[in-house]
Amino acid sequence: MSILVNEETTFIVQGITGREAVNLTRECLDYGKGAKVVGGVTPGRLGREVHGVPVFDTVAQAVAHHGKPIDGSVVTVPPAFTKDAVVEAIENGIKLIVIVTERIPRGDVAQMVELANLRGARIIGPNCLGIIVPDVIKMGGIGGPAKDAAKSYTPGSVGVISRSGGMTTEMSSTLTAAGLGQSTAVSIGGDAIIGSSYAELMPLFEADEQTEAIVIYTEPGGRMEAELAKWVKDNNSRLPIVAFMAGRFMDEMPGMSFGHAGTIVEGKEDTATEKIARLAEAGIVVAEEISEIPELVKQAIANRKG
Amino acid sequence: MRFYEYEAREIVKRAGIPVTDYGFTRDAAEAKEIAARIEGPTVIKSQVLSGGRMKAGGVQFADTPEEAQAHAENVLKLEINGQMPRGILVDPKADIDQEFYVGVVWDGTAKKPVIIFSPVGGIDIEQVAEEQPDKVGRRHFSNILPFGDYEAKEVIASTGVTGSDLNKLVPIVTKLAKLFVEKDMTLAEINPLGKLKDGSFVALDAHMDMENEARGRHKKLLADLGVGDEETREAREPTPFELAGEEVDSMDHRGVAGNVTEFDGNLGLVIGAGGGSLTLFDAVRAHGGKPANYCEIGGNPSVKKSCGLAKLVLQKPGVDKIAVMMSIVSNTRVDIVARGVIKACLELGMDPAEKIAIFRIPGAWEDEGFAILDKYGVEYADRSVSLHEAANRAVQKIQGAAA
Repeated sequence: MSILVNEETTFIVQGITGREAVNLTRECLDYGKGAKVVGGVTPGRLGREVHGVPVFDTVAQAVAHHGKPIDGSVVTVPPAFTKDAVVEAIENGIKLIVIVTERIPRGDVAQMVELANLRGARIIGPNCLGIIVPDVIKMGGIGGPAKDAAKSYTPGSVGVISRSGGMTTEMSSTLTAAGLGQSTAVSIGGDAIIGSSYAELMPLFEADEQTEAIVIYTEPGGRMEAELAKWVKDNNSRLPIVAFMAGRFMDEMPGMSFGHAGTIVEGKEDTATEKIARLAEAGIVVAEEISEIPELVKQAIANRKG
Repeated sequence: MRFYEYEAREIVKRAGIPVTDYGFTRDAAEAKEIAARIEGPTVIKSQVLSGGRMKAGGVQFADTPEEAQAHAENVLKLEINGQMPRGILVDPKADIDQEFYVGVVWDGTAKKPVIIFSPVGGIDIEQVAEEQPDKVGRRHFSNILPFGDYEAKEVIASTGVTGSDLNKLVPIVTKLAKLFVEKDMTLAEINPLGKLKDGSFVALDAHMDMENEARGRHKKLLADLGVGDEETREAREPTPFELAGEEVDSMDHRGVAGNVTEFDGNLGLVIGAGGGSLTLFDAVRAHGGKPANYCEIGGNPSVKKSCGLAKLVLQKPGVDKIAVMMSIVSNTRVDIVARGVIKACLELGMDPAEKIAIFRIPGAWEDEGFAILDKYGVEYADRSVSLHEAANRAVQKIQGAAA
């Protein structure tokens, strides 16, 4: 199985006529069994097509055309219009929203997330590449064109969660080369406030029988790793976790942001050093290099099966 | 983006929160005039973004206007943690009965703003939280419901404050919470919030941080405060090398080739993307390498931009070689980056095979990219070589060259 999406998942692309969104749509249609991209939305472009996908002015039109609820949306509209697009999707019954757009002020993100919680919807991102279930479906730019994604991702038992889109693929490719496939890989985004954190995705992986271990990519900034460590301790998780922490050099440079908007060391608790300690306390193995991850995962799975 | 105290106080004042009758100036003679207008003892406060002003001697007390001028002259010349002051505040020395604290910050886990309130102010709130935890109240508030006075009341009352103090504090806390949301702040703090002898409250110092991504929505406020678009207000001012990096990134709108930060090593880095750059920078250092810079490429930059960034790094004094490395790319094209960095070497009259220690970018259009690198004899690696191993090879090469 998988988490969040499967071969039945239908979705739309909001902002579908943008250059990157056109490419993303092609990639998603081509990947695996072929994602069910049932429509696209760009205001004023009703009646057009993007790679055979019908374009609408509004989400409501797309839902009406589909004739039943649509599961998801990939939002690629510019930052100033993102909040309205996401609210539009939620209020039209969409339950899974992947926000690709970068540079959205966190007040806007917090509003979208609070509304999503009220409506029973889930947000992935912003500033993320989306979700991939190897050989089944890709929702977002994750892994790139279908033939490139196929080189990096293979079906298997490892769940991947990453604050960096590119590193989701780098880690998955490393796992694949070592014979470890992925159940689902999720690029959760690098901003300070995101729709779904590690701890919020863990229950889904916990409930997914295919998943036997989790690999996460983490960075300085924020308290998401502490939240994960707490979740693991409180829930007696069956899943071993292997973490990789990038940006260790940032500990020497408080107040500077590198890589993603969410990476800024503001206090003692959000340094790499402190996070590594928190993760280790919760029994999470922290790899020194990406190339060590497959062996650590194999050991961790073997230990659990003991 | 951090505001200076004089700007933060102006923001607080505009929100309708009482402030003292202070004056801001860059001139010691004017400081004397302000102190004369205030009629009484004053505090001269250096306007720097760095903390630790008091310890560094950046805060001085004066009884007369003449004394205020003398202190102003000294404070204006005083460098604090590498920063020269933007100017000084001349503040009336208020007759304080008690100091309070009120601040609003984001809680990234709850994904809501949280008000922090304490009847113990004037010192770090972290210290109060540690030593007198029952004196610190915290309360989250909704992002979509209108802010209610009752929320302010609850957080104030939770610390044991009652009576007319509570009623006078409610509008101040409410206004600060609304300001935080409306102005896209990531921190809005009044510390201390002074209770005067007459029972009224006044903001005696304020800290404000605005989210960089939201600056475009507050152009009028920033213009009123005189904050220029070019002011990054990072922990330190950008260097000329970093400014040149920003120029490269703004050459065109295709992709990113920027976020340059200067270091003093000999190995120039042309690296990406966000997470890959963080990983690679650590990897170079872990193998004993000395990076000359940090940077990020991504989002499929043009040949022109990749070339511009590579040229900038190649020409940085002290750089012997560059390493061109990224995590697996799916959007950025390997061949375009390859063309950009080779073009940079050639245009500077350098041999790409000698100057590029390693090229490790696997992914989209890699075969085309590797063919170009082959032609110029540049060492490259595909995904079978890990990020750390690629960094190691680059470090080995440059150490070999130095020996």
